[in-house]
Amino acid sequence: MRDRPLILAGLLIFLVVITTPFWYDRAAGMTAKGPEPKLPVAERRCVEATAYMRASHMDLLVSWRDRVVRQGETTYVASDGHHYTMSLSKTCLDCHKSKADFCDRCHNYAAVSLPCWDCHVDPSLARRAVPQLARAGGAGPRGSGR
Amino acid sequence: MSINRREFIGAGFSALALLGTPAAGKEEKARAEAGTPAAQPTRWAMAIDVRRCLELPGCVKCVAACNRAHNVPALDDARHEVKWIWKQRFEDLFPSSGASLADAFKGKAIPALCNHCDNPPCVRVCPTQATWKRADGIVMMDWHRCIGCRYCMAACPYGSRSFNWVDPRPHIATLNPDFPTRTKGVVEKCNLCEERLAVGKPPACVEVCPQKALVFGNLDDPDSALRGVLRSRFSVQRKPELGTRPQVYYVI
Repeated sequence: MRDRPLILAGLLIFLVVITTPFWYDRAAGMTAKGPEPKLPVAERRCVEATAYMRASHMDLLVSWRDRVVRQGETTYVASDGHHYTMSLSKTCLDCHKSKADFCDRCHNYAAVSLPCWDCHVDPSLARRAVPQLARAGGAGPRGSGR
Repeated sequence: MSINRREFIGAGFSALALLGTPAAGKEEKARAEAGTPAAQPTRWAMAIDVRRCLELPGCVKCVAACNRAHNVPALDDARHEVKWIWKQRFEDLFPSSGASLADAFKGKAIPALCNHCDNPPCVRVCPTQATWKRADGIVMMDWHRCIGCRYCMAACPYGSRSFNWVDPRPHIATLNPDFPTRTKGVVEKCNLCEERLAVGKPPACVEVCPQKALVFGNLDDPDSALRGVLRSRFSVQRKPELGTRPQVYYVI
């Protein structure tokens, strides 16, 4: 019984160490709450039903991409008969005004990084962008083409 | 009863032919139902009226309009240059032209762009089918699929393709949100404004040319303005001896 304080202290240290992730998250201000993407106010209905969009928006976007680029199609006929132009920056971001307030909220939460925006332009960024270069639009016969 | 080797092989081939036919028929039917081609055959092409263009020697409106429309970066380092349509000296564009043409146009800068060849060598070498020739003749690129191997650049005899050695985004003067930029590591080139054609607009360079020196149209339509200008004037193509069948005609 002489070891009782030692054992208790050891147990306490063990408990603190094993619950470190919880303390760490609490200190970092994380909660168990899920992400909260900002939904458009004006439009209540997306291209397809919400459940489908939530689960399969990536499949829809990839199929749009292939149909536009590879097959040269432009119009998507939704399951309810509506016609939409297949365009990420025009159709999707027409309602979901800001990538930061919509896409990023869930994708950051799920730690999924997207290559879409490496090329496609977030319209909210383009509105803010200022001409950085004096040399606008490639002047003069630049060229070393053969 | 027995069959010999020759009969067996013959019967095998007939069976194969029978298997093949319904599949081909089905494909044809599916295409007809989708209502895709069969209508008006389209072969997009361009004619550049060199003499009209040269009336405004310093003009780069076509270049500027294209760069704006397609987020083409302006990079100061010539080794990193990205270009879709550009102006270059005649003798560089037509190294094998005869003396009479060379004398007439030597030293004059004229527009050059992707020739959207009928027999595109870039398409042949692309290992990922990131570049291909559409039914309407446009040599398209799928930047999603380009792995940046630059085989196409080696294959193109016209220098029409550029590689993104650096991230182009910071070098784009005014970002057009309706068209994607590219990333470091992909090849790009003129797409004959297929995104504008899809909504019934002519290519940006054609639209903006103050001289109307760029004539765009359907080569398969005998009544098109393009066919008209090609009928009435003499034209040359770049490096025709290579057999790429370029579809940008220089009217001289």
